[in-house]
Amino acid sequence: MCGNEAMAEAAIQAGLDAYFGYPITPQNEVTAYMSQRMSEEKRVFVQSESELAAINMVFGAAATGKRTMTSSSSPGISLMQEGISYLAAAELPCVIVNVMRGGPGLGNIAPSQGDYFQSVKGGGHGDYHCIVFGPSSVQEFADIMPLAFDLADKYRIPAIILADGILGQMMEPVVIPTNSKLNTHKLKLPKKDWALTGADGRKQNIVRSLWLAEGAVEQHNYDLQAKYRQIEKNETRCEQSDVDDADIIIVAYGICARIARRAAQQAREQGIKVGCIRPITLWPFPSEQISKAADKSPIFLVVEMSCGQMVEDVRLAVAGKTPVVFWGRPGGGIPTVEKILEKIEQLTIKPKK
Amino acid sequence: MQTVFKRTPTLKDYPTHYCPGCGHGIAHRLVCEVIDELGIHGKTIGIAPVGCAVLAYDYFDVDMVEVAHGRAPAVATGMKRTNPDKIVFSYQGDGDLAAIGTAEIIHAAHRAEQLTVIFINNAVFGMTGGQMAPTTMLGQITATTPQGRQADGQGYPLNVSELLAVLPGAIYVERCGLCSPAHIRKAKAALKHAFELQINNAKGLSLVELLSPCPTYWRMTPPDSMLYIQNEMTKVFPLGKLKG
Repeated sequence: MCGNEAMAEAAIQAGLDAYFGYPITPQNEVTAYMSQRMSEEKRVFVQSESELAAINMVFGAAATGKRTMTSSSSPGISLMQEGISYLAAAELPCVIVNVMRGGPGLGNIAPSQGDYFQSVKGGGHGDYHCIVFGPSSVQEFADIMPLAFDLADKYRIPAIILADGILGQMMEPVVIPTNSKLNTHKLKLPKKDWALTGADGRKQNIVRSLWLAEGAVEQHNYDLQAKYRQIEKNETRCEQSDVDDADIIIVAYGICARIARRAAQQAREQGIKVGCIRPITLWPFPSEQISKAADKSPIFLVVEMSCGQMVEDVRLAVAGKTPVVFWGRPGGGIPTVEKILEKIEQLTIKPKK
Repeated sequence: MQTVFKRTPTLKDYPTHYCPGCGHGIAHRLVCEVIDELGIHGKTIGIAPVGCAVLAYDYFDVDMVEVAHGRAPAVATGMKRTNPDKIVFSYQGDGDLAAIGTAEIIHAAHRAEQLTVIFINNAVFGMTGGQMAPTTMLGQITATTPQGRQADGQGYPLNVSELLAVLPGAIYVERCGLCSPAHIRKAKAALKHAFELQINNAKGLSLVELLSPCPTYWRMTPPDSMLYIQNEMTKVFPLGKLKG
């Protein structure tokens, strides 16, 4: 199965009630797959007239307490930013998948990681965050779906899966987490007593993001921030390998992390001590783990399929304790093991006294 | 003492924020009366627009959501598709439905979504300070047409209901005026029919356009505003059933 299909089936198994989407490459397998499978499951599939409409259909379904998602690729995700800001403000849970392609503008349809800033720093207007995952294999793409829905429900927050064109298109063997398996790790989720289900025998529920009274939006922001601090505390995820004795630590996420890992292994074979830190959640970012690793003064090498976005968060985490170097390729360029290895070798050259 | 008229239960006892002579108050009451008469209070979900009626949930005692400008028909689609047993309505002004939300309303009708849409046309953007709307009359003075709207450069008034009526997915489209007791009674009957269609699972979208007075930004007294609808607006926006 390709990553797009694996993720789609995993979402269905995670109890997806409604999928809304608009065609865009390289994620078209999702809409096609959903159109078939959701009707088989007698659940909701709508091909919308635009990404603006798709994200607002998600908003509507989420407001009634249903599990809902959309998927798109970079230019389409830009169109959704208005809706994502409203979802975050109204605290509605949902999942948004971005199979990133080259940008800016129409860019191309090649894989990219150019939407990191957009996803983890907000993207839409206002002070808000979404939980952002960066899977690095087709299996992880699928495994993250039930977790993304659960965390979205638990914290009443949109969850974004930041994948790229390679992960979306690549075929790998995958085991889809099924309903029965999900129960083993399903969180105890709060009841959705805020949902719009008709005010039958209870007080009216209102889902809103406008607060006109003086100080009300300020307070709403403080409440959101308190929630974000909880998420940072509880939900930061990353994978560390060979970090303890490393002279060089590569920080990379998604498909880049797999390429980086291979380069690190080859470097070890040459006697260069290279470790890897792979953020699995991009927000919350594993700043603490990186900061701790920085105490031993390795050189950090950040590899991205962009001109350097996540590197800013690595620098913030390292806080000047040790050098942070960036190497990446934007606009559909894919880093190779050889190039990363070359960069590693450069970093081992001692400066002349 | 005998009670001859009282507030219908779904209309909340809440101090109005609307201007004197505004049509929203009448439209709100009509919608609430219809909801109560049809006995659908407990299963109705309403959608407030961006515009003067953004706080509609302060008046309607049903579950309600406030959505981004113009996106109500898309939000309604998400709600109704996942909750076919609920009655979903959107309440939208002319800026919301006829300007920024044109795509959403056309495509919701085009997909034959089973929704009830209440479209308040007062020919002006009220909340932002009386700017030109797509439905602004030719010659009408607004904050952004200080010399009066000219067709050359500012276009003609947009008849959205007529556009929607040609779509097979729109099963009922009627334009009424909130401009006299008789007109208001007709408007209520139209609203009731629009809700009944959804209750009866009719396959398509129903929309009632209400020509509504905005004395503040028309720079008229409330009675003159009513007469303006009857004598001028109806020439451009003729009253009556367009479909269904």
